[in-house]
Formats: sequence, C-alpha cells, structure tokens
Amino acid sequence: MSYRSNADLGGQDRHGAVRREPEDELFHAPWEPRVLALNLAMGATGLWNIDMSRAARETLADYRELSYYQIWLAGLEKLLLQTGAVHADEIAQGRMMHAAVPTPRVLHAGHVAAALARGAPTARQPNSPARYTLGQWVRTSTVAPQHHTRLPAYARGKRGVIERVHGAHVFADTHARGLGEQPQWLYAVAFDEKELWGANTPRQRSTVSVDAWEPYLEPA
Amino acid sequence: MHGPDHDHHAEREHEHSTLSPLELRVRALETVLTQKGYIDPAALDVLIDTYQTKIGPRNGAQVVARAWCDVEFRRRLLEDATAAIASLGFSGRQGEHMVAVENTPEQHNLVVCTLCSCYPWPILGLPPTWYKSAPYRARAVKDPRGVLKDFGVQLPETVRIRVWDSTAEVRYLVVPQRPAGSERFTERDLADLVTRDSMIGTGLPLEPGGASTVDVSP
Repeated sequence: MSYRSNADLGGQDRHGAVRREPEDELFHAPWEPRVLALNLAMGATGLWNIDMSRAARETLADYRELSYYQIWLAGLEKLLLQTGAVHADEIAQGRMMHAAVPTPRVLHAGHVAAALARGAPTARQPNSPARYTLGQWVRTSTVAPQHHTRLPAYARGKRGVIERVHGAHVFADTHARGLGEQPQWLYAVAFDEKELWGANTPRQRSTVSVDAWEPYLEPA
Repeated sequence: MHGPDHDHHAEREHEHSTLSPLELRVRALETVLTQKGYIDPAALDVLIDTYQTKIGPRNGAQVVARAWCDVEFRRRLLEDATAAIASLGFSGRQGEHMVAVENTPEQHNLVVCTLCSCYPWPILGLPPTWYKSAPYRARAVKDPRGVLKDFGVQLPETVRIRVWDSTAEVRYLVVPQRPAGSERFTERDLADLVTRDSMIGTGLPLEPGGASTVDVSP
C-alpha cells in the first residue's frame, strides 16, 4: 500500500485567494479550542510523538474536505484507535467501555505552564560531522518515500545551496514510524524560483528555503 | 415525573438538541478520555486560556520593538534567536528552535508551512486560519507576490522575496523594517506598531500616524 500525504500543498495551483482575518480571531466554534486542548493534552501523555500525529493527520482520506480543527479531531481519533487507547464503540457511545492503557504521563492543570515553557526541543548531539557546509550546492532526493517525510514534493530533485546549518535534530522520517529519533543534520537549503517552478513561470525575484535533513540531500 | 431530576434531564436534552454534531462528537470524546484517566479536564481549560489570553502576537511585538531600539539585542536576535527571545521570557512549545530573519530595503521575508501549520507559538500564539489554509500554503512558495497582494502589500520589483518553508522544527520570526517617522517612539509605543502579519511577512508594521505602511493612496 503506498503512502500518500494529502497535506503537501506547496506550489499547487487553483486554490484561490487568501482570506485575511483580524488578529484576535482564533476560533470559529466552541468545540475548536476543546479539540486543540485535547490534542495537546493527549500529546503530553507520551502515547505518540508529534511526527506520528502529523502522519496521522496528513493521511486522512478526506483531509481536503475537512476544516483545520476537523482534521485535528479526526487525527486524534485515529491515533487513539491505532494505539488502542480508545475503542470505536467508546467513541460511538461517548463513554468508557474498556480498560485504559497505561500512559507514561498525564498532564495536570497545575503543570500546564511548566510543560508549555519546557516544550520539546528536537536538537540532539550529532553522531557524525556535518556532511555539508554553508554555500555548498546540493541536490534533493528524487524519491517519494513510502512513509511520512518532510521534504515537500515541490522541492524534490532540485538543486539548491546550503544557507544555514541548524545542527542535528530528531529525524521526522524515522520518528513518525516508531523507529526512534535517529538524529540527522538539518540544513536550510535555498532554491531559486526558476529551479523550482521552471522557466515558464513568471519571475517574481523570489527564493524559497526549506529545512532539509541530511538524508534528503546529495552533493551537486 | 416532575422534580429536579426530570428538570435537569430535560435541560440537558434541550442543550443537546441545539448542539452541532461536531460539538457532540468532541464532548463525547472528552468524556471518554476523562473517564479513562488520560486527561485532566481542568488542564484543557488552562491550555485554552493560555492561548486565548496569555500567549499571542504581542509577545513577538515586544521582541521586534526591542530589536528596533537596541542594536546589541538585534545582533543577538539575528545570531541566536532562541536565546535572545528567551531573554525576554518567551520560550517553549513550538518555539524551541527560533531563527529571526530581517527585512531590509533589498529583501522581504515571508514564512509559510506548506506541509501543515508550523508556527512560532511562544511569540505569535496560535496560527490564524488563513495561515493553515490551502490557498496560503499552496501559493506562498510559488506566487509570493500574489499572496502579498491578497494582503494589500505591494513591494517594489527590486525587492527580493525570501520565502521560508518551515518543514522541520525550526520556527521563523520576521523582523520587519522600523517605520519611518518612529524615531522618537519609546520601545512600548513601537511595539504597538508591530502587527502579527508583519512578523509572518504578509504585512508591514503600522505607520506612526496609525495607518499601515501599505501604500493605499489612490
């Protein structure tokens, strides 16, 4: 079965104009903040990690029909079912019907501020020296991986230049699959617009940078 | 059939009949998760209150205003944004690894997350709906000038546009240019000129007179 992300939207046409909103408009229904908070609280239990939750959301078959917080709700239900933390009949009935699974942690009200302030840094000690240096030309992988990845399709197989070296970070591709953190060097790679969109797209005098882990890159 | 129990039940029935299917689905899920001991409902209230009243773009505005006033802070911000921002008390979830990019007369920065909705929460709060929407995520990388136009921003063609796609756990803050005419402003007054959108790159700071520095002359 092939892995398909429905969230990889960069560079697609026909999405129409952006609709602005005032600064204080964060939610559009009372259930939306609850879904946000449920996701944060369940994320804090340690039953899954942030890359697993991104993978769960981006592979929702109806991703494009759902609003943002509908995606978060459906993704949360999917993770709960996958981990066996909640069963389908419990979701349907709205009550506990099976024993709970053990969780590493529970986020209590008194600990929220400290947990948010701590966050979840992803920088790690590197296992090897960085393969690339500032100003070096690289080419991104042409392969569409059959799993969660963070190299957008529009930046696949493109030539760019190393613009920043961010250090070694938890590798999303393995972390999302339960294969561990496997830290890899992370770089900001800059691409010229012509390289990304071809010579026929009107020039805008723009450059696009993506943050790419070392396994996405090869020397160019 | 009368009495407190009945009234309470009727009230609940009435309440449920007016709730949307999504509201009911979320409430049901919250009940299950609470019963199973996975969540503390009071923690949900604290989380929501935090992002509705405590953590938002006014934090980022303080960072930018400081950078406008204090050359040493600006230098540190551009060199190690995580540490510089933490020195003002802002750090943590979705801002663990910060990079600040500065607008200049030659270059304008624009931040997007084409793959989901990555955004620097400690300094800007929760992302606006448009930031998470398909039109913005699809077009910011390919048609940044078109997106800026949707926001009423038109930059000279000589200005290079630098788009930052937040594809990993690094979060970007745009430091907009300090508006002309704000030379005598205090740091606090300067912070009032810094809009959320100007720190994403889809807007410009307000003009000291009150209007946005976007050219709206006929």
